[in-house]
Amino acid sequence: MNWEIVVGIETHAQLSTRAKIFSGAATAFGAAPNAQACEVDIALPGVLPVLNKGAVERAIRFGLAVGARVAPRSVFARKNYFYPDLPKGYQISQYELPVVVGGSIMISTPDGNKSIRLVRAHLEEDAGKSLHEDFHGSSGIDLNRAGTPLLEIVTEPDLRGAGEAVAYAKTLHSLVRYLEICDGNMQEGSFRCDANVSVRRLGSDKLGTRCEIKNLNSFRFLEKAIEFEARRQIETIEDGGTIKQETRLYDAERDETRAMRSKEDAQDYRYFPDPDLLPLEISEAWIAAVRAAMPELPAQKKERFISQYALPEYDAALLTSNRETAAYFEECTAAAGGAAKLCANWVNGELSAALNREDREIGQSKVSSKQLGELIRRIVDGSVSSKTAKDVFDELWAGASSADAVIDAKGLKQISDSTALERIVADIVAANPDQVAQYRAGKDKVLGFFVGQAMKASGGKANPAQLNEIVKRKLNS
Amino acid sequence: MSDSSLVRASLAELSAALAAKRISSVELTQLFLGRIQRYDGQLNAFVSIDPERSLAQAREADTRRADGQAQPLTGIPIAHKDVFCTKDWLTTCGSNMLHNWVAPYDAHVVQRLHATGAVLLGKTNMDEFAMGSSTENSFFGATKNPWDINAVPGGSSGGSAAAIGARLAPAATGTDTGGSIRLPASFCGCSGIKPTYGIVSRYGMVAYASSLDQGGPMAGSAEDLALLLNSMAGFDARDSTSLERPAEDYARSLTQPLAGVRIGLPQEYFAAGLDADVAKQVEAAIGEFRKLGAITIDVKLPNTSLAIPVYYVLAPAEASSNLSRYDGVRYGLRASEYHDLNDMYEKTRAQGFGSEVKRRILIGTYVLSHGYYDAYYLKAQKLRRVIAQDFADAFEQCDLIMGPTSPSVAFDIGSKTSDPVQMYLSDIYNVSINLAGLPGMSIPVGFGARQRPVGLQIIGNYFSEARMLNAAHQYQRVTDWHTRVPEWLSA
Repeated sequence: MNWEIVVGIETHAQLSTRAKIFSGAATAFGAAPNAQACEVDIALPGVLPVLNKGAVERAIRFGLAVGARVAPRSVFARKNYFYPDLPKGYQISQYELPVVVGGSIMISTPDGNKSIRLVRAHLEEDAGKSLHEDFHGSSGIDLNRAGTPLLEIVTEPDLRGAGEAVAYAKTLHSLVRYLEICDGNMQEGSFRCDANVSVRRLGSDKLGTRCEIKNLNSFRFLEKAIEFEARRQIETIEDGGTIKQETRLYDAERDETRAMRSKEDAQDYRYFPDPDLLPLEISEAWIAAVRAAMPELPAQKKERFISQYALPEYDAALLTSNRETAAYFEECTAAAGGAAKLCANWVNGELSAALNREDREIGQSKVSSKQLGELIRRIVDGSVSSKTAKDVFDELWAGASSADAVIDAKGLKQISDSTALERIVADIVAANPDQVAQYRAGKDKVLGFFVGQAMKASGGKANPAQLNEIVKRKLNS
Repeated sequence: MSDSSLVRASLAELSAALAAKRISSVELTQLFLGRIQRYDGQLNAFVSIDPERSLAQAREADTRRADGQAQPLTGIPIAHKDVFCTKDWLTTCGSNMLHNWVAPYDAHVVQRLHATGAVLLGKTNMDEFAMGSSTENSFFGATKNPWDINAVPGGSSGGSAAAIGARLAPAATGTDTGGSIRLPASFCGCSGIKPTYGIVSRYGMVAYASSLDQGGPMAGSAEDLALLLNSMAGFDARDSTSLERPAEDYARSLTQPLAGVRIGLPQEYFAAGLDADVAKQVEAAIGEFRKLGAITIDVKLPNTSLAIPVYYVLAPAEASSNLSRYDGVRYGLRASEYHDLNDMYEKTRAQGFGSEVKRRILIGTYVLSHGYYDAYYLKAQKLRRVIAQDFADAFEQCDLIMGPTSPSVAFDIGSKTSDPVQMYLSDIYNVSINLAGLPGMSIPVGFGARQRPVGLQIIGNYFSEARMLNAAHQYQRVTDWHTRVPEWLSA
């Protein structure tokens, strides 16, 4: 029996504001416990929330990027529940009227591009953290994270299987970083996914009962958790059981999901509009201002790379997978004075391999875009061969200041002086009459012998194309 | 000035006495602290006083005056309702939950009054978390009415009203969510105004029902209220519901004549349920306004009867959420013994809250619950707009609306504690003003049964505080009800 795995994803993206969403306290990661919790964050009697416009601005940016409707009026609501790391006893979120409605995100799948519809994206505050270790039977509470702005982005159940889920999560991750609304740091919890997973028999158009897997903070865990959960559901149904709607946790160490709470235990959050905050009104002018300041989006950039630099789609997609790589490529091309395809090959090839070897991000590359561009300029003008250029690149990676400096110091400049090359070739032709005879008898392969000998004689510095041409001319004359 | 004339003096007179060096702030503060020590054992108007700190502030005020830096309120002792956070000073909200909580910051209102050089005289008693109409719901015991020790002072700002009525303080702050400034002002024979919602910042004012709560001044006269409101009102970026408007002088119209001012009399406020002794005094007062040149016209507020039910859905709904922060985790009371987290929550809240607070949390939780939300909360929100529309229609025909503040004079202590609905009906003329967000005030207009004070309510359109204060001041120029002090406290 064939099964279809249906997935919807809710992502909590921490917005990159310096201050919290409803207070002036800092959001920086890693401070001493409760050092970044002000009177509003700890919910002292009498304090009131004030909305951080920067968080709204980021939500608008996201809405515009995914082609969603930015609501002219949205409402903050209180989600009421008791928990020690929730200081007010309610979380300020958006419920009936979210700030971003609809939109879609295009993902690449093995079968081509697929548009994933978004239900909504809403603003809310994060809770604090409960620390259960080191307190001898008690729990510690750290409220530094309480009030950190989040954008919760919710998809329709449009994803099929773990592969598409991961492709979506990666595309979204790239997008929020492109937009500079979220640093995307998954270890620090800045980008976390909940996956709603259900299964149904292939061909069925009715959704199965879903389970929600909470707090997946890596693409690998997302994939594994969905795979495990789908397998569990299929086995349960095939064994004659039924799926209970519940919330589950993924245990990475055991690679399994475990029930956390069932729908019956679900709390009644008693949502109602927060009377401390006025409805959020977003004017056309505000949207227009955000639109005017929007960075170029990955899809737009990819199209531009294809048309402006005449790159194949594959190269353009790789180069625009993140903003830093795209910028590096453009700077590199500018420094090289063109040769975009060659630059693309180098960025996606040699540079990417070097970065991978040392597990570096492109921002930490030891060869700058300008250095690489100048090296490529020397390939284009014939000063060095591609092969020699790789050695120069290694020197640059090791700390050399510029391609020209390496080429000069090591005498790597290839010989493009035709008089010198003509002399070398003439000498070799004169010294090898037998091979000349073979060539002239029609044995074309011998050409390689002459080129090889000449290259050797030049110390490897002969311009290969030029050399080839001279050898041919001499032998044919 | 003699002590007894100082005790009866208006804020303007006290300010003049300070300016003329007829008295120092230290002496004035000592005078009122002395009266608190002498009389408050019987009244229980104050939750906390700290004479040393008050006198230190008085000394600062005297220095400021000597340096020529005085403002009108510099050196005048003012009491704060214990719902306002006062830095390094107890802020209890009349609750066991916060019985020992010392606020680490000043409320916006406290900050502003402090900045003018006013001296913090003490914190006044109140119904727990401002929930009540009698100041009987206080962890610190009931406050007594200075006019009759057997009567309630009204609530929830009963401590402030009793303190002013007894002249234990020349002025005080209050808060009004559904009549909590006006009702006690009426019961204790003093003046109080609840401004338009959004005029006075709620920052640092412990929340009961956020969309209705509004701070305001209580004092001996409308003129005093104007002076106090000038200091208390103003935009505060820390309160998102605070209104950004140009500053205004609320005393600017006090002396205007009332000729031609149209006073609307809502027939619903003079219908069955209004006690005859109250009606008599209120009608007499309205007669005075006519003598002053005002015109009276009948207006309708047809949805008046919905106000109490609507209020008792919306206010508890907000309260149930606002009071969730009292969980024993970070501050305030925590039960001493518990076996797990839920037990800690349950015991802490069971011990920390009194019965009226629990009742409202339960009502609020119920009306917000899944399946009930539409029928209660949403319906009440719709009716809230209907009630506001009633007033908008009425203000098409008149400049001010007048009527009784409460259907009866102050009732006996204990007489309504077992019947919450009867208690709630004390505010039948008050809560709709909060629901509409309008300004309302109460001024004394004589005495009813058993010589207990009667209050006249003046309701204005949005931002018409200056006009309301003008009307009240003109009335107080030709009457002396507001200057009366109970016999036993007049020494």
